Amino acid sequence: MAATSSANTITLKGSAEIVAEFFYYGINSILYQRGIYPPEHFTMTKKYGLSILVTTDESLKSYFGSVVKQLEEWLTQKIVQKVVVVVSSADNKEEVLERWQFDVETDQNVTVDSKPKEKSKSDIHKGIVSVIKQITATVTFLPLLEVPCTFNLLIYTDKDLETPSSWEESKPFLIGNSEEVKLRSFSTSIHKVEAMVSYKVQDDD
Amino acid sequence: MSHLGEDVGRLLCLDGNTGGPAMRWQRKATEVTSCNNSMNVSMNKSLNRSHNASAIGSPMRALNQSLGGSKTPGKKTPGKKSKTPTRTPSGDRFIANRSTTDFEVGNFKMLNDLKIEDEDVLSPSKLEYRRVMNENLNGHAMNSKILSFKQAVPSAPEGFQNNLKVLYSSTKTPGSTHKTTRHIPQVPERILDAPDIMDDYYLNLIDWSNGNLLAVALANNVYIWNATTGDIQQLLQLEGPDDYVSCVSYIPEGAYLAVGTSSGTVQLWDIEQSKKLRTMSGHAARVGSLSWNSYILSSGSRTGNIHHHDVRSADHHVATLSGHSQEVCGLRWSPDGRVLASGANDNLLNIWAASTSTDSSPLYSFTQHQAAVKALAWCPWQPSLLASGGGTADRHIRFWNVNNGTCINSVDTKSQVCSLLWNKEYKELVSGHGYAQNQIVIWKYPTMHRVTELLGHTARILHMCMSPDGSTVISAAADETLRLWKCFANDPHQKKKSAKPKMGSLTRVQNIR
Repeated sequence: MAATSSANTITLKGSAEIVAEFFYYGINSILYQRGIYPPEHFTMTKKYGLSILVTTDESLKSYFGSVVKQLEEWLTQKIVQKVVVVVSSADNKEEVLERWQFDVETDQNVTVDSKPKEKSKSDIHKGIVSVIKQITATVTFLPLLEVPCTFNLLIYTDKDLETPSSWEESKPFLIGNSEEVKLRSFSTSIHKVEAMVSYKVQDDD
Repeated sequence: MSHLGEDVGRLLCLDGNTGGPAMRWQRKATEVTSCNNSMNVSMNKSLNRSHNASAIGSPMRALNQSLGGSKTPGKKTPGKKSKTPTRTPSGDRFIANRSTTDFEVGNFKMLNDLKIEDEDVLSPSKLEYRRVMNENLNGHAMNSKILSFKQAVPSAPEGFQNNLKVLYSSTKTPGSTHKTTRHIPQVPERILDAPDIMDDYYLNLIDWSNGNLLAVALANNVYIWNATTGDIQQLLQLEGPDDYVSCVSYIPEGAYLAVGTSSGTVQLWDIEQSKKLRTMSGHAARVGSLSWNSYILSSGSRTGNIHHHDVRSADHHVATLSGHSQEVCGLRWSPDGRVLASGANDNLLNIWAASTSTDSSPLYSFTQHQAAVKALAWCPWQPSLLASGGGTADRHIRFWNVNNGTCINSVDTKSQVCSLLWNKEYKELVSGHGYAQNQIVIWKYPTMHRVTELLGHTARILHMCMSPDGSTVISAAADETLRLWKCFANDPHQKKKSAKPKMGSLTRVQNIR
């Protein structure tokens, strides 16, 4: 009985964990699908009933390790507003080519100790799967990244958060001349994540 | 002379440790003096030049000399660079990271602060307007903090090229070529015109019956091309203005054709009499794939559902398989009729057992493809071997053993795989591709050496079929042509070989007598 109830409800902590995990797999998918790192640096893992490619590069793994941990903490504190993956040219980081924006909406009434909300895990996973599949499908419409690229992760938080020592304030890295495509969204009933990708429109000349 | 000695002595006394590097405070001090000094000297020089050792010059020189005795930068000639900070000193200076600083907002905030005083002059509505505009223009920037992780991400290895380039540039299909003694014509034997063929990857618009009749769906029509005589006959035309035929499939025995439509119905047609036998509805969206298993017709729809229809009974809808979340574009019963393979736009390849229970889940669900799975083909000589090909983002042909659910092999073709066919006689596999070369590739199985590549289509290949005798492959492409390739011509040499043993056994029998 207890098992069934826990499978269909969700707490703030659990929700933060799920969302942070989604970002781990989602960002890995972006890195693989957009060819930011060579495909041989990825390995296939089973997640959400999909085969998702995640990095095997040690330094990238440790990067994700610390970022995802911090993100989960902030998600639990309900202060994350957006998570943005900025893809820019490796030679000139000012030249932003793609911007993957995930708007995070948090139910501010929920606290760590409040009663778990009703929402089944499979429903959440279904939503996550649709977002990740869309990331896979973007290859068909996003322009080719001609130059070697690198990425940067931006997290929009509440204004009054004290910046931790390993983080620094940044500018939004918006793309001036961009085309935007809204992707699907999913919700854990505590966190709602809306995905969007904007990319630089190529000049015709 | 004594004057100079005294000078040196004093200097040695003042800064005793001329050997090692000077202390930081000393360096600081000398930097200042050397700065002054070099200025003095240059002034001095210029003065010297004009006044020729004037009175002003000498005390300056004395100072210069006395300092020159110690190892301070003052010793350097003024022409050379003095030890002013050309190198960025580290540690005691804050250097802003310009690449991550938001200058626009910084500038805005500075200017905005200056204007604050006139706020009380403005009316409340104006203030409100300004607030809203501010929010619209700066949005997030005003009430949130943007943080980025300090540790830089590792850069991709040197010389790494984005592998997506293959989607946009012409690349040779990988894999070693296989020398073949067989002659394969590089040009199509025949080209048929297919005006208005729908350029849609998710449909299945041609099928070739064992009676040598080719069914082709062009927009809302179905035409039958008799491959023996070359006659063309129109079989049907859909009535609705926006209706189109989304799928055609012959029953293996050949006399009946199943037609899937955009409105979600499945029609059965008798080819010999050109007569519609029945219409089976049930799907909520277009039917993009059909496959026969004796009297069971399976249809896959855009909704992701697969229906089994028993074509003999009035209550035709016998089962629904719901294992896909998006359009089913590939559907194939295995030759022995035991299992059904279905591929869909949700990148899944499902294997179903041939039971008619409604709420069954697939035997296997393969997630390895990274794009829609349309191309499916069961190996005719090796039961339970399935080949599947993925779309643009995947580009792989994968081989599956459906008995134990393992992936046996996979080949990256560098191009969208639209269709797969097996050839029994030569144990070869044919794959039809899209961008960049729109080619047909013939592979030797199981080595997956390339036998040949057939070029000619000017747009992506959409569908392929094999003639009933297995000698010809027809390809339908988005360039609105159908091309017939005679790539598996019957080998007279092999015919003889297979005929000879029979003769041998006959003669042996005779010999025994």
